Amino acid sequence: MSLLELKDVSKIYGPLKALDKVSLTVEEGEWVAIMGPSGSGKSTMMNIISCLDTPTEGQVLLDGVDIAKENSKRLTEIRRDKIGLIFQQFHLVNYLTALENVMVAQYYHSMPDEAEAMEALEMVGLKDRAKHLPAQLSGGEQQRVCIARALTNHPEIMLADEPTGNLDEANENIVLDLFRQLHKAGTTLIVVTHDPEVADVAGRTIILEHGKIKKEVINSKEK
Amino acid sequence: MFLRMVKGALTRQKGKMVMIAFTILLGASLATAMLNIMFDVGDKVNQELKAYGANIIVKPKDNSVLEDLYEVDGEDEIQSSYLQENEIGKIKTIFWTYSIVDFAPFLETTADVNGTAVTVTGSWFNHHLSLPSGEELDAGIVGLRSWWDIEDGQWLDEKVNPDGIMVGTTLAQTLGIRAGDRITLTTDNASKNLLVVGIYNSGADDDDQMITNLDIVQELANTGDLISSIEVSALTSPDDELAQKAARDPMSLSVSEYEVWYCTAYVSSICYQIQEVIPDAVASPVRQVADSEGAIMEKTQLLMILITILSLLGSALGISNLVTASVMERSNEIGLLKAIGAKDGAVSSLVLTEILITAVIGGIAGYFVGYGFAQIIGKSVFDSSIEMKPIVIPIVSVLIILVTLAGSIPAIRMLLKMKPAEVLHGR
Repeated sequence: MSLLELKDVSKIYGPLKALDKVSLTVEEGEWVAIMGPSGSGKSTMMNIISCLDTPTEGQVLLDGVDIAKENSKRLTEIRRDKIGLIFQQFHLVNYLTALENVMVAQYYHSMPDEAEAMEALEMVGLKDRAKHLPAQLSGGEQQRVCIARALTNHPEIMLADEPTGNLDEANENIVLDLFRQLHKAGTTLIVVTHDPEVADVAGRTIILEHGKIKKEVINSKEK
Repeated sequence: MFLRMVKGALTRQKGKMVMIAFTILLGASLATAMLNIMFDVGDKVNQELKAYGANIIVKPKDNSVLEDLYEVDGEDEIQSSYLQENEIGKIKTIFWTYSIVDFAPFLETTADVNGTAVTVTGSWFNHHLSLPSGEELDAGIVGLRSWWDIEDGQWLDEKVNPDGIMVGTTLAQTLGIRAGDRITLTTDNASKNLLVVGIYNSGADDDDQMITNLDIVQELANTGDLISSIEVSALTSPDDELAQKAARDPMSLSVSEYEVWYCTAYVSSICYQIQEVIPDAVASPVRQVADSEGAIMEKTQLLMILITILSLLGSALGISNLVTASVMERSNEIGLLKAIGAKDGAVSSLVLTEILITAVIGGIAGYFVGYGFAQIIGKSVFDSSIEMKPIVIPIVSVLIILVTLAGSIPAIRMLLKMKPAEVLHGR
């Protein structure tokens, strides 16, 4: 059984079809990149996969459960238990330290564990910045805190929306290295990006256009 | 973690929280000031109204019956019986003793002054009483006729002027009397040479009379220790249906009604209690004064209640705007918390806890600011301080929590409707 399966998924906003009968399968441990021009439906697909939104039509099977039929309370639980989210704008709580930002995810998942949160920060190379507020961190560091927050609950699937969109090249490389480590450790990764270099690192690239899958590329040289 | 988040939100968003606390402070201060004034205004207005004279008159029972029979008013009294002067102090032994502000006995006679027959009233001016309860007080017409204008001389002091007399301005002009003159009052029973200590202007019929110490008139009238009436000034509660029912017939009340009526400072219950301690007397309210007091009290309290409600409504609107603005500003944070697994209840309780802690801080500060407002209003309107009633603290606490919660409803509804996908991805 695939970890994630989209079957004829459509998302319709009035006259606009943001997603038009999209079907996609993602296996456990796979690293998939989703590319496409602005308005192609990347973010809509990401919101549906991450249980932040529901499709208008079709099935979305995550671990065999059709999340398209779940209510908002259940979707919150699925998101909390199975999904790690990484955002382009980082979305850190500005009045909490890096460590506390990681612990927030633990708190809403189960129990906050400072040692475990510190481990996650150590993994992203920010142990010494644990007590800093987001405003005291660089963009790359904030994105690494965001990754630490996403991985601290050991999610089955990590979803990253333009994770390097706001980063310089050096920080982009750091983040990609982290993704490689996570991939090696068996984490399933789905990364939405407009950057071909970021997409190239993934095992497979899905190219969306006008809400449909235009092309699917298997990257031969997974870096 | 919850407390860390609350603490973080409070300490690292000081500006926003200070604004919310300030709004709550304003609401709490207005509510505190208005409620304290509302609870205290009764006493204050009552005390103001006491300057306009007595609201209860006590007469001998037989006299009262005769007056009712022949339908005569106070000006044409049929004086056939009297009260004992030594019974006056009993008025201060009734259940509502602290509502009795002042009282004075009266006895009238006619005396000859330089060939002219004049009405002379005997009363207490500043009569010192030592009650069996140990209470010491001064009672008399100095307090009861506080609106009298002393045109010449001064008020009679019983201790300084035991042979003093005060003369009404009209009579003084007729007889050519001035303060400092000595006059002789003669009756069939006695003759008294008295010092005129003051000329008063009452603006009423009293200006055609003289008034002196009670014992002098008792001697002139040869009545011994008797008096014809007592005027009492009492702080009373406005009449309601129960008071009106009791005024018609106290015996028609049920046991529980009777207890409520007896333990409320209605003018009728105070009259009833005076009759209990002076059985030969009939105490009756001076209806015009009592009714006016009741009407003024009711209207003043209604005004205060309306101001309190309006100030709280204003606060609720202010809180509502600020909390809604705060939630809108924090929409990314709230969306994020929901995205990482926080349920609606958890996010709502986080925001509400922050607001309620801010409300408590603002409320405590508001109470003390309200105390200041109340004192300023008290000094400017009543020329005295407003007594802070302890009952206001729980009332204001409950009101502030309710107003804060009510003011937070639009923000919480917005928070519940907020979809993380929309705020985080802008769709």
